[in-house]
Amino acid sequence: MEVQLENLTKYFGKVLAVDNLNLEIKDGEFVALLGPSGCGKTTTLLMVAGIYKPTKGYVKFNGQAVNHLLPKDRDIGMVFQSYALYPHMTVYENLTFPLKLKKVPAEEMRRKAQRIADMLGIGELMDRKPGQLSGGQQQRVALGRALIKEPKLLLFDEPLSNLDARLRLAMRGEIKRLQMSLGITSIYVTHDQVEAMTMADRIAVLNKGQLQAYAPPEELYDRPRTLFVAGFIGNPPMNLFEMELYQEDDHYKLRHPDLSLAIPDSRKPRRQPSGRRVIVGLRPEDISIGPEGEIESEIYMVEPLGRDDIITCKIGEIKVQTVVDSRLGYRIGDKVRISFNMEKVQLYDPQTELSLLWA
Amino acid sequence: MATEAAIYKAVPRPSLWERIRTSSAPWVFMAPATVMIFLFFFLPVVLTIYISMTNMSVATFGKVVFIGLQNYIRMLKSRWTVKILTNTGFYVLTTLSCFNVGLALILSLLTTHINERVGTLFRTLWLLPRITPSVIYALLWIWVTADAPYGIVNQFLSPFGIEPRNWMNAQPWLVVIMANGFVGASFGMIIFTSAIKSIPEDYIRAAMVDGASTLQRIRYVILPMIRWPILFVLTYQTLSLLTSFEYILLLTDGGPGFYRTEVWALHAYHRALSNYFGNVQFGYGAALAAVLVVIGIIASILYLRVFRFNELVAEPKIEAL
Ligand SMILES: Nc1ncnc2c1ncn2[C@@H]1O[C@H](COP(=O)(O)OP(=O)(O)OP(=O)(O)O)[C@@H](O)[C@H]1O
Ligand SMILES: [Mg+2]
Repeated sequence: MEVQLENLTKYFGKVLAVDNLNLEIKDGEFVALLGPSGCGKTTTLLMVAGIYKPTKGYVKFNGQAVNHLLPKDRDIGMVFQSYALYPHMTVYENLTFPLKLKKVPAEEMRRKAQRIADMLGIGELMDRKPGQLSGGQQQRVALGRALIKEPKLLLFDEPLSNLDARLRLAMRGEIKRLQMSLGITSIYVTHDQVEAMTMADRIAVLNKGQLQAYAPPEELYDRPRTLFVAGFIGNPPMNLFEMELYQEDDHYKLRHPDLSLAIPDSRKPRRQPSGRRVIVGLRPEDISIGPEGEIESEIYMVEPLGRDDIITCKIGEIKVQTVVDSRLGYRIGDKVRISFNMEKVQLYDPQTELSLLWA
Repeated sequence: MATEAAIYKAVPRPSLWERIRTSSAPWVFMAPATVMIFLFFFLPVVLTIYISMTNMSVATFGKVVFIGLQNYIRMLKSRWTVKILTNTGFYVLTTLSCFNVGLALILSLLTTHINERVGTLFRTLWLLPRITPSVIYALLWIWVTADAPYGIVNQFLSPFGIEPRNWMNAQPWLVVIMANGFVGASFGMIIFTSAIKSIPEDYIRAAMVDGASTLQRIRYVILPMIRWPILFVLTYQTLSLLTSFEYILLLTDGGPGFYRTEVWALHAYHRALSNYFGNVQFGYGAALAAVLVVIGIIASILYLRVFRFNELVAEPKIEAL
C-alpha cells in the first residue's frame, strides 16, 4: 500500500508536535522516521494509525484520504515499544485477538496462529501469559500479533528500545528479513540512527516536528542537505567548524586564523552563502593522522573504544575528531600532522543551515 | 569440625538482654495497633455475644439474667425473621449489582471516555450527595418523592399521564435502593476511574489497531484489567451494605406497613435502641447483631474463597508487565 502524508500538522493545545509534514511512501517500502526525542515521531505514527486526528492535512492510503477512518478500519498492524501484550491473555489469545474481533472461524484462526508462531519461533509459548516471557519473546509475540491479520501497513514505534544490545541486533535483522519477504509497507520510528541506516529503504529525519531530510541511507550520509542532518547522522558525528569562504583565480578557498584549506573543483559550492562565513563539515573517517599530513595539531583527547580510539585534535582554536587504530597508541599532548580529505568536504550556510553543495 | 566450632566461638553469643531486645521489638511496635484492635474491634463482638445471651432490656436493668440461647430461639421462632432476611438479601444484592458496582462501572467508563474536563466535573458533582449530611440527603428524597402538589417526580411524570402519588409509599424499595445506590455508586466510581486511568495508553491503542470497537475494548481489555478493583468494591460494598441502615431509617424507617423495607441491621437497631413500644430489648438486639456479624463473616469467607482475596490484596491493582 502507498502512503502519503500531505501537510500533516498536529497541535496539542498550543504545542506544535508535527509541522506541515509531507512524505510519500511507496508500496512495499520500509521507511524509518528518525529524530531526537520529542521531535514528533510517535505523533506522526499515531496519526497514520488513526489514533490521533490531524489538526491539519491528510493521511492518504493509495491516494485516498483516510482521516475519517477509525484505526480498526485502516488495515494496519502496529508494534509498540512497551509491546502492549494483553497481560490477561495467553500468547495464543494475544496472537489471535485481531482475528477473534474479525470473527474468523476457530479452525482458520488456529492455522494462522500456528503459521505465524512457526515463522517467529514462538510455537512453544502459546499457553504462557506475557508475564512469563522474556523481553525478546514478548517482542516476537507483539510482532506476530501485528502480522497475523496480514495488514497492508506495518507501524513500529521503537520496537527494539527495550531489548539488550545483542538481542536488538538479532531482531533488527529478523524484522528486516520478515518485512522484505512479506513485502508489507512499513513505517519504523526510531531514535537510533544505526537502526534506521541498516533497516530502512528511506529515512525521514525529523526535528522539532519538521521534516529535515527524506532520502536513502547512503545519500543521507554522503549528501546531507541540512546542517541538522549532517550533525545528526553518523557516529562519531561530523566535524563542523566555521571558516571564511573566498575565491582566488577561479578556485574556492577557505581560511581561518589557524587554518587554510582549498576546495577541490568537485566540491565547488553550487550557490553563494548569505555571508562570507560558512560551516565546513568533515566526517571523522575523512581526517587522517600521519607524517605526510600538512596540518600541524596537538592531540587534545583520546577516547578508547577497544579496537579504535576516537582522537580529538586541536588546530589552534578548531577541534576535530577522527577515528584511528588504537594500536597506534596516541597520547594526549602528542604533536601530530593531520590531513583532510577535501574531496568529501561539506559546506553549509550558517544563516539558512542549508547545504551549499546539494540542492 | 574443629574449625567450625572455632568459628562459632569466634562470634560472641548475643547476651540474654540483647536477645530479648531484638525478639521483642516487633511486639513493641505492634502493641498500640493490637490494643486498638482488641478494644474497638474484638471486644465489642465479645460484648455483643455476651449481651445476646442475657435478657438485658430497659425493664430488666439491674437484674440482668443469663438466659443462654433463648434470644436466638426466639429469633428462629419469629415469623418476621424470614421476611427481614429476604428483605436484607434483596436490598444488598440489588443495590450492589445495579448501583454500587453496575452504575459505578457505567459512570466511570462514561466519564473516562468523554472530554476529560466534563468527565471530572461530572464525577465531582456525583460526589455531592456523599458529602451532604445524610439527614439532608434523605430529606431531599422525601421531598422529591412527596405527594402532589410538592413532589418533583410527580411533576415530571404527570405529563405522561401518570397519577401523582407519594412515591415513597408506592415504591418504597425503589426509592430506598436508588437513594442508597446513588451515594454508594460514587465509591466504586472513584476506584474504577482511577483504575481505568492507570491502564497504560498503549494497551488501548493496541486494541484499537487490532480492530476493537469501543465496546469490545471495554469488554476485552478494560474490564479484565480492572477486575481486581471490581472484586474489591464488590466485597467491600457487600459488607458495608449488610450493616448500613441509616438511609432506610431516615426514608421509610422500615415501612410503609409492617417491615416492608426492614433490613436486618435496622431491625437490630429497632429492637435494641428504638423499639416502637418503648420496650428497648438490648439482649434481643444484640442477638440480632451477632447474627449479622456471623453473616458478614460467612460472606467474607465466601468472597475469600471464590475470588481468592489474598491475591486480590497482594497483587497490584492493575496488571501490567
Ligand atoms: N498527548 C499529548 N499531549 C500534549 N503534548 C504531547 C502529547 N503527545 C506528545 N506531545 C508533545 O508533542 C511533541 C512530540 O511528541 P512525540 O511523542 O511525537 O515525540 P517522539 O518523537 O515520539 O519522542 P520520543 O523519541 O521521546 O518518543 C513533544 O513535545 C511532546 O511533548
Ligand atoms: Mg515516541
